[in-house]
Amino acid sequence: MEVPSFIWPFTIGLLFISCFLVIIIGIWISELSRIDKSRMIHSIFTRKSLMAIREIFMESLLHRKIFRKNPLLGYMHMSLAFGWFLLIVVGHIDAYNHFHTLSIPAYKAIFFRYFITEPVSSFSGKILAATMDLLLVFVLSGVILAFYKRLNSKSFGMAKTTKLKVGDRIALVSLWLIFPLRFFSESITAGTHHNGSIISQPIGNILASFLPVQSLETPIWWAYSGSLTIFFLALPVSRYMHIPIEVVLIFLRNYGIKVHKRIDGYSRIQVYSCSRCGICLDSCQMTHVDIKDTQSVYMLKHIRNKNLTDEKLFNCLLCGRCQPDCPVGLELNELRITQRIESTKEYNSSYEYLRNGNALISPKTEIIYFAGCMTHLTPSIIKAMKEIFAVAGVKYWFMDSEKTACCGRPLMLVGQLEAAKKLIENNRERILKSGAKKLIVSCPICYKVFKEDYALYGITVQHHSEYLLDLMASNRLPINKMPMKVIYHDPCELGRGSGIYHQPRLLLDEYSELISTKSEKETAFCCGGSLANIKIDMTARNQIRDKALDNYLRYNPDSLVTACPLCKKTFTKSHKLPIFDISEIIHMAIKHKEEITEPKSLLKEEYIINLDSIGRKAH
Amino acid sequence: MKDFGYTVIKQRTIDYDQFDGRLLKEVLEMEPSFKVCLSCGGCTATCSAGDLVSFNIRRMNLMLRRGETFELESEIEKCMLCGKCMLVCPRGINLRNVIMLIKKSILKFKPAKT
Repeated sequence: MEVPSFIWPFTIGLLFISCFLVIIIGIWISELSRIDKSRMIHSIFTRKSLMAIREIFMESLLHRKIFRKNPLLGYMHMSLAFGWFLLIVVGHIDAYNHFHTLSIPAYKAIFFRYFITEPVSSFSGKILAATMDLLLVFVLSGVILAFYKRLNSKSFGMAKTTKLKVGDRIALVSLWLIFPLRFFSESITAGTHHNGSIISQPIGNILASFLPVQSLETPIWWAYSGSLTIFFLALPVSRYMHIPIEVVLIFLRNYGIKVHKRIDGYSRIQVYSCSRCGICLDSCQMTHVDIKDTQSVYMLKHIRNKNLTDEKLFNCLLCGRCQPDCPVGLELNELRITQRIESTKEYNSSYEYLRNGNALISPKTEIIYFAGCMTHLTPSIIKAMKEIFAVAGVKYWFMDSEKTACCGRPLMLVGQLEAAKKLIENNRERILKSGAKKLIVSCPICYKVFKEDYALYGITVQHHSEYLLDLMASNRLPINKMPMKVIYHDPCELGRGSGIYHQPRLLLDEYSELISTKSEKETAFCCGGSLANIKIDMTARNQIRDKALDNYLRYNPDSLVTACPLCKKTFTKSHKLPIFDISEIIHMAIKHKEEITEPKSLLKEEYIINLDSIGRKAH
Repeated sequence: MKDFGYTVIKQRTIDYDQFDGRLLKEVLEMEPSFKVCLSCGGCTATCSAGDLVSFNIRRMNLMLRRGETFELESEIEKCMLCGKCMLVCPRGINLRNVIMLIKKSILKFKPAKT
């Protein structure tokens, strides 16, 4: 049988997209840092590759994460991805089985039915043909759902759906057309040559009863090939780049590669892996104040189109609520910070003044307490911590009681990496010089940077909630369960940012009556005070705060407890209910108990090492 | 000239014919909340950088309004962006954005070093 002309557009399209992908992925992998490359090379023949294949199967084909979000949405994606994948695989098996050889060109498997001119007689052939028919119907059900979702996204558990650009629309329409066209092509061929199976044959017979199927056959196969070709050609400029690139991403991620605060091959792979599904839009609190064009999906789109403005880049709380929802598992916060670093790299500060003066002094100590800038605006937390230290008999150095540089995280959040490094260098030197074994931090913003960027080897960095739990567990704090109904608000930087969810809850369980809410841990709200957003005004911040607070007020708590001075400060301004830091709750409980048993002053100044006694003279 | 032992005070005149308001205009356009500053000085009192070195956000505002772009550049360098000023500001001015805008725009409008 001679080669039909309609295979040419398909073959050229396939060749084009294959070459394109090989080149672009090759470029990105060559842009990885040397460490990442060696990580990749050393991991290829290990279990990590098998883990990656498993993840590709579970996430890229079955879409487990989307199922968890909404079963209907999950089914839609699974039927398209897994269904199409099986169509290709089973289609090839069908073709190999028929031609009794493995060396057949791709078009013979893709347009297989066209090449069968008589009814299938072998048993295996019949089974395969029936499977193909069922798979095609499975995919078509997904296409119908996808079409319906464009009209009504709410029924899929999505309040919003992304706006599409031209390339996306072309690719979307061609993708939607591929499967109905294939279905009609096979049915019409079945109507002509009686080679169909359980579904295509009856439909083919019906079509043959009123249509000139003989003359329609070639045009409809042309249309099918054409839609495939258009899809292949539109792929590089559309969101469907995520289909091939996500596979690369999953491999690299399993090899331990991460986004490293700079734009490189891996960050580009992440950008192109975004499917623009828009699931991140739903969890974004910026939509509470009608800001609908700065979310992660749009940021990634603008990065691809090279038209990201500072107004959009910096209008994000970096709360990270979108990250657990992302079905591709992109490092959305890190990507945004990387982009901010790139955008502000021309104007970093050098902080020469830190090189001389008080910011260099440190006494010898075992334990350092670093309150943080924000905690200095909520002095009740500092007071509570001081008294708790005294009760537990802990001798410590209050590092930032005065004249201390900021931790550097606020600079990092707005992309001033080089400037942040200067502050980090200064504080790190002081911490190391003190010979401390433990650093206790009251502010989650500081905590994250101390933990991740300070490289304090041999020093345990603890948020005060972790430290207080340790004190309680070693019986150094009296326990007093207060009859107070509290809700714990997870601060973004402590919860999603550093993975500390349980320690504060264990503490609150002992000292108060903790009630759990629907939006907690990974789905906890941001208070709206985030230092990462430098574009929204106070009114918007207040609105975000009030919306978050309304969710807690439904449970009628006596007070809201958090573990972040900035959250406390932000919520307190609403005057809707009492807001406490976790240290204040414990302080309150201890004090209450002490008053009942033996009244005494809790604050013992001798435990505090301060600079006046040792530092200044030494300098 | 005969030395009578008096020091000559540095020229402090600001010549408004030479006034360069481009930076001011840009910052106020991008962050209008800065217009409502009442110079209360709360920001300066709480400033973390101000605890370590002479740094005054209120003065920075003055420099910006006087068009002293050159002096502003070395002054703005000192800010550590910790955000305390924003939390104490009675007018809710988005000061961190003001700082970032100045840092960015100064590159564009900086006068040639004399």
